[in-house]
Amino acid sequence: MHRRDFLKTAGVAAGASILPFLRFLPAEAAGRADTLVVVVGHGINSLDLHRKGTNRPSYQVTVNIYDHLVRFGVKTLEDGSMAYDSTTIEPEVAESWTVSDDGTVLTFKISPKAKFWDGTPVTSHDVKWSFDRAVSLGGFPAVQMKAGSMTKPEQFEAVDDMTFRITIPRPSKLTLPDLAVPVPFIINTKVAKAHATDKDPWATEYLHKTPAGSGAYKMARWDPGQQFIYERNEDWALGAKPGVKRVIVREVPSAATRRALTERGDADLYMNVPAKDAKEFKEGGKVAVSGAPIDNCLHVLGLNLKHKPFDNVKVRQAIAYAIPYKDIVAAAAYGRGKPMFGAADMTPADITWPQPFPYDTDLAKAKALLAEAGLAGGFETTLSFNLGLADWQEPTALLIQESLAKVGIKATLDKIPGANWRTAALVEKRLPMHLENFGGWLNYPDYYFFWAYKYGHLFNSSNYKNEEVEKLVDETLHMDTANPQYEANVKRMIAIAFADVPRIPLYQPYLDAAMQKNVTGYASWFHRQLDCRAIHKA
Amino acid sequence: MARFLRHFRHVMAENPVTAVAFALLGLIVFLALFGPWIAPYDPLATEATKTLRPPTWAHPFGTDHLGRDVFSRVIVATRLDLGIAISAVALSFAAGSALGCSAGFWGGWTDRIIGRLSDTIMAFPLFVLAMGIVSALGNSIENIVYATAIINLPFYARVARAETSVRRNAGYVAAARLCGASDTRILSTQVFPNILPPMMVQVSLNMGWAILNAAGLSFIGLGVRPPDAEWGIMVAEGATYIVSGEWWLALFPGAALMLAVFCFNLLGDGLRDLVDPLRRT
Amino acid sequence: MRTKILQVGRRLLQALPSVFGIIVISFVLTRALPGDPAVYFAGAMADKVSIEQVRKSLGLDRGWVEQFGIYVDNLAHGNMGMSLSTGRPVSEELLSRLPASIELTLLGLGLAVLVAVPLGVLAATRPGSWIDHLCRLLVTAGVSLPTFFTGLFLIYVFYFLLGWAPSPLGRLDILYLSPPQVTGFYTIDSLLAGDLETFAASLAQLVLPAATLGLFALAPIARMTRAAMLGALASDYVRTAKANGLSRATVLGTYAFRNAALPVLTTLGMVFSFLLGANVLVEKVFSWPGIGSFAIEALVASDYAAVQGFVLSMALLFVAVNLAIDLVLTLVDPRVGLDD
Repeated sequence: MHRRDFLKTAGVAAGASILPFLRFLPAEAAGRADTLVVVVGHGINSLDLHRKGTNRPSYQVTVNIYDHLVRFGVKTLEDGSMAYDSTTIEPEVAESWTVSDDGTVLTFKISPKAKFWDGTPVTSHDVKWSFDRAVSLGGFPAVQMKAGSMTKPEQFEAVDDMTFRITIPRPSKLTLPDLAVPVPFIINTKVAKAHATDKDPWATEYLHKTPAGSGAYKMARWDPGQQFIYERNEDWALGAKPGVKRVIVREVPSAATRRALTERGDADLYMNVPAKDAKEFKEGGKVAVSGAPIDNCLHVLGLNLKHKPFDNVKVRQAIAYAIPYKDIVAAAAYGRGKPMFGAADMTPADITWPQPFPYDTDLAKAKALLAEAGLAGGFETTLSFNLGLADWQEPTALLIQESLAKVGIKATLDKIPGANWRTAALVEKRLPMHLENFGGWLNYPDYYFFWAYKYGHLFNSSNYKNEEVEKLVDETLHMDTANPQYEANVKRMIAIAFADVPRIPLYQPYLDAAMQKNVTGYASWFHRQLDCRAIHKA
Repeated sequence: MARFLRHFRHVMAENPVTAVAFALLGLIVFLALFGPWIAPYDPLATEATKTLRPPTWAHPFGTDHLGRDVFSRVIVATRLDLGIAISAVALSFAAGSALGCSAGFWGGWTDRIIGRLSDTIMAFPLFVLAMGIVSALGNSIENIVYATAIINLPFYARVARAETSVRRNAGYVAAARLCGASDTRILSTQVFPNILPPMMVQVSLNMGWAILNAAGLSFIGLGVRPPDAEWGIMVAEGATYIVSGEWWLALFPGAALMLAVFCFNLLGDGLRDLVDPLRRT
Repeated sequence: MRTKILQVGRRLLQALPSVFGIIVISFVLTRALPGDPAVYFAGAMADKVSIEQVRKSLGLDRGWVEQFGIYVDNLAHGNMGMSLSTGRPVSEELLSRLPASIELTLLGLGLAVLVAVPLGVLAATRPGSWIDHLCRLLVTAGVSLPTFFTGLFLIYVFYFLLGWAPSPLGRLDILYLSPPQVTGFYTIDSLLAGDLETFAASLAQLVLPAATLGLFALAPIARMTRAAMLGALASDYVRTAKANGLSRATVLGTYAFRNAALPVLTTLGMVFSFLLGANVLVEKVFSWPGIGSFAIEALVASDYAAVQGFVLSMALLFVAVNLAIDLVLTLVDPRVGLDD
């Protein structure tokens, strides 16, 4: 019996369990329709998103192997690429749901088709335990749940085995979409509780390495620092059957190597392609590129109002006129960025967000504004950027530095290592001039303003404070979009952001993935991770 | 002096490789001193319309992702790289010989403490220690210099200690002592000048290693601030462009780096012959 | 024999202050790393409250002295702490990665020896000739190449242009799974499992990084070989052997080389521990899942426990290798004492 034949039969008979004992994968794995080889830059460090220290790439585990009450739909963009659709919410574990008339009670009916990997049905008790866990362990999960007005276990109630209820203090448009983000995933409570201890009541040590879920894929193998392998859950019934049987996600730190692997056809799919490579893949034509501008995300130049002279709005506007926008989109974003400059009017025409700001490169105007601010001779400052994001931030910073020099502003560049960046930029908010790239998971302008323009909030690295914005955001954040006041409020917020420019938008970035021509079904997601459930390979 | 010159000529004639190294050193020092005036372009000036051009007559080493002239950047970088190496080596030379001389001269507890200290430093994986120091002290060129100096310190201390302890009881030291000279005076006027030659060999061998070390640190993104041109960081940046066919970005600074290190290593060998023909290895 | 045991004991004792110094320095150094691990590990959207929660759970709210006490106490129990970024015990992490680094370093060293020793011997037999100069030029060029540059260059030529080498993806190409763990060396494990295909694959992955490292190790080995051979060739017994009319090959091989082997061995031990620390950059370039690349990542993430564990184990390894060499030397050569 040939080894490959043996693999085939064994694979069918024993499924995932045999995988760790294989000596090697069939030689043509990358060419086979049932196996997808994915390359990524950063590996995962946990299989449990709720655990402390779980890094961003690990979110994809939750997306692929766990189920959620609801999920976002997918839409096709003008260029044929696919992306998630923030406006449609589809059932997943919840087959249906109702919202009480006052909007504060959401009741979900659990689908009888939802089954954990061990065959037991998903019940409302599992959902309750998992949600309790998400708000109780602290850290990022708790913050994200709070965005959906969910802060304490008392808000979750298992009415009966198949009915689950969430009570929120006030009606909010953010609660339902917040259930579709990776955080509130549903855990097999019986398995988890069996491994919980007094010291570790939420079984974080167990779930960190051993997932217990109901999702479309199972984790077949994880070699930290090297690779992990998803194996299809053949019994999954909460959506269309996933197109590939096995997904090998290989960690390749060097972007150059990832590119070479993709070009040579050794990898099927390359997630999060740097702009330059995406552009050249597109031009080369051998590899397909699928990408979309990331919703609610902007690459901006932040000006810290705690540092003089950035407290002067004229100085901020002057800088907004001194940014070489076109060069940045060309040389840092390689065209994979949506321009955010050159709007005609100081007031927004609609509530599209992000939308171009009314600034363009105009050094004469910049000089005039600086003179008005009493700084005709220019000044000195420091422009900081994140070493971990050097691929776009370094060229951007260099171009800004050069252009600012032309209006007399001498900026020294300071690159800050990734570990230090969050502390310096977001927590202590002590960087005078810096590059920042917040993107909100929930696609509402007021949600962006909540994080990036409200005083003291994490992504308001500019220390910007405007009483009107504070009031407007508080009023609008939970407001229904159908409310006539909503549009007026959002327009006003954007107009203030136009005038005050504590954050100068440079462009809206793309999330690009490159794949072989026989791979279809890829969609880009707000969480910027790979959802392999919809992917097919011919 | 005349004898030294004769010996120098003899070594050069016998060892053409060292002669080549001296010529190279001349070129490197020349570039370091006059680089900014020789460079055909402003090494920092970007040009968005001329990015990633392959080598041409106008740009012999091509242009980088911001349209800067790689040739000019490679030339101008000489000063920074050489500066880092020289200051680091000077620092470790000064501190190392002071520590090593005291250890070798006084012996006893001084020797033991200094010996343990240098053992401790040498037991570390040196490059990682340098990485740690730079990230702990902060990301700047000065800290690259300090880190490089610290990891090289034990080598100087060892040479100085060994050479000093041999001479501790030499005739001229005893004579000076009889004349009533203090220990410090004997160390600085009698012992130190005599251990200089072997120390200089160490310096030259160390220069190459210091350049490599600094370049390695900036390769992983520590130290040098953009837009300053530095060979290591240019190779690191260029590395990402190799697979897309823009090989000139990494090749030329890498070659310059190699040539400089090569030159200092050959020179170290040659100096060793010059200083101590018998111990030539 | 008794004196030897005593000497060994003294030698071990001498290493103790160094080991303590290493512990202190690595502790202080890692605490001085920038970045607030509490912020880093609280995640993307964490606010002040959740950051404080994380800080407390990591024990970072206590004083340095107290943290150091806890650290030393844990070390005494063989506990190096948990790596914050991978969530696994540091000792487990290091043990699983160490074979990768050692396999690579050994092969690099082996390649270097294969080239450098004959070169050194050749140079020693014809000192001052053009062969001697060429050898010197060659090995000096090797040590002058920045390893990260050599690695990139080899990848470009042999993987990307020629397609001879497999993709630089660490220990095994994307299609292969690691052999069942016995020694942790993929080449040996795959042979033990009788799997020639995986053996060939893992060897193919090793060639380029090992060559990169080997180039760097040429110089010290070749130089030491040359010097030792020169010394041996000038010695009385070689002169006697020559005078007795023994053939050139016998004189070189039996008399001279055997006597020159000892210092070369000592150098090998030094070079090995040096290479193990120096292959940090090579591992980065080749995405090699060894302890070097682990250390870089840990440093970037301000992952205290991991950096400390790495530095500590490398330093201990260094001390151990040197000790082993000394011991071997005393056993092999009665003239060598253990006293420094």
